[in-house]
Amino acid sequence: MPSVMLRKREDGKLLFYVAKKDLEETIESLEFDSPEKWGGEVVLGDGSKYYFEPMEPAPKIPTTLQAKRLSEE
Amino acid sequence: MAAMTREETEALIQEVLEVYPEKAKKDRAKHLAVNDHSLEKANKCITSNRKSLPGVMTIRGCAYAGSKGVVWGPIKDMIHISHGPVGCGQYSRAGRRNYYVGTTGVNTFGTMNFTSDFTEKDIVFGGDKKLAKCIDEIETLFPLNKGISIQSECPIGLIGDDIEAVSKVKNKEYGKTIVPVRCEGFRGVSQSLGHHIANDAIRDWVLEKRDGDDSFPTTPYDVAVIGDYNIGGDAWASRTLLEEMGLRVVAQWSGDGTIAEIEKTPKVKLNLIHCYRSMNYIARHMEEKYSIPWIEYNFFGPTKIAESLRRIAEHFDDTIKEGAERVIARYKAEYDAVIAKYRPRLEGKKVMLYIGGLRPRHVIGAYEDLGMEVVGTGYEFAHNDDYDRTIKEMGNATLLYDDVTGYEFEEFVKKVQPDLVGSGIKEKYIFQKMGVPFRQMHSWDYSGPYHGYDGFAIFARDMDMTINNPCWKSFKAPWKTEAASEPVKAVA
Repeated sequence: MPSVMLRKREDGKLLFYVAKKDLEETIESLEFDSPEKWGGEVVLGDGSKYYFEPMEPAPKIPTTLQAKRLSEE
Repeated sequence: MAAMTREETEALIQEVLEVYPEKAKKDRAKHLAVNDHSLEKANKCITSNRKSLPGVMTIRGCAYAGSKGVVWGPIKDMIHISHGPVGCGQYSRAGRRNYYVGTTGVNTFGTMNFTSDFTEKDIVFGGDKKLAKCIDEIETLFPLNKGISIQSECPIGLIGDDIEAVSKVKNKEYGKTIVPVRCEGFRGVSQSLGHHIANDAIRDWVLEKRDGDDSFPTTPYDVAVIGDYNIGGDAWASRTLLEEMGLRVVAQWSGDGTIAEIEKTPKVKLNLIHCYRSMNYIARHMEEKYSIPWIEYNFFGPTKIAESLRRIAEHFDDTIKEGAERVIARYKAEYDAVIAKYRPRLEGKKVMLYIGGLRPRHVIGAYEDLGMEVVGTGYEFAHNDDYDRTIKEMGNATLLYDDVTGYEFEEFVKKVQPDLVGSGIKEKYIFQKMGVPFRQMHSWDYSGPYHGYDGFAIFARDMDMTINNPCWKSFKAPWKTEAASEPVKAVA
């Protein structure tokens, strides 16, 4: 359960940053991405997948959240 | 010699790796790479921030160096106790040349060494009492200090002293900020973790002191300069440019900085990050907690300065945008003259760099402005995100080396034959004895500042006087030089 810092890049894309792992990647897709419901499965630029507990309403970004790493099938 | 091709560079890496035993070779191979512009992410080509191999000569520092030397040390009105044996503080005292104004020993303490001077007795019985006594003595002798930070050296973590408890007690007693920093040298693989620990200590013990206190009058143009350590006056050369374009610099982190400035930083509108590696943590924290955006900038060389000034101005209204253009126009004649003078003397010279965590990519622009080419670069303690940023800055098929060993660096220089090597003091005399011009790029070889337009003039002069120094021609004894040597060229 790495804690992930989320911030918006200048071009509007979300950045997914895990300090402990030196991982800074863009979020390519997000399962739920609306003001009411946010979270679910995310796919990063390098293809790895993580999971955020869906949240209602969407969190204010930037923020730090816990993510679960999903194993790739 | 023309620039090396990809195959040549790869062959060079293989050749250098040849001497290692199988296991070491496998490990080191991951840290050496040929730059490839087609890659988006550095983790595909280079591994960084890993433990150095036992037995090789690494050039890295420790977590204590990262915290006391880099982040906390330059905060001038605090006293930084090197808590532990005397050597760590003494041998790193005042070597970094982070300038400040003030009266040393009265209201500023930058070049002084405070240590609890551990002896065997303190290791056996614990050093908390001694630390408390140190703080009492400091309060008696230097009552104008604005706070104390306790920079742990290795034994503190090993014997399990509770420096946090001492800090809390003394904080109650004196009402001053007393920050325990758990930056024992053995933590992490390099000084990089020390930066992180120091950032976290600022976050936990200092940053929120003025939350809810709005007595500090703010303007829409408040910025903080973060990660500029004022080496040889760098931060001052940067600050003048920002102020000229109409911004108000509220805080300098941490060169010539004070604890009051740090406490006021959460009130600014934009954080400007120069050294990304050592202070991005606190910038990210402030973005999250106080919604202060941050941007990276680069004040080395006119091209990058103009780029950075415009990028900074984009975060503000038109007066600042005009201000940025005004500043660029104002200095144009000045830096054009510098380029006109030095470029003909430096054109086409090749440079190899091996520095800490920011300059291996930041100074490339300044060299390019002088017509020079950086053919190899590497970091002591960078992480993946630094290499991501480096790939774009460096030329294609140039050499990248992470945590280079003494042996590898020497071999690379012998083979690539650069006209200048820029690295630290430990490398300086080796390369000078090999006959390669060398600049010490950590503390600007006792020169500086190199930031800003004023700094660029000094940078150009220094590079010229190093590379074109007549001593390099005197390397061979006169009776060993060939009789038909080329006639001495008149210097422009």
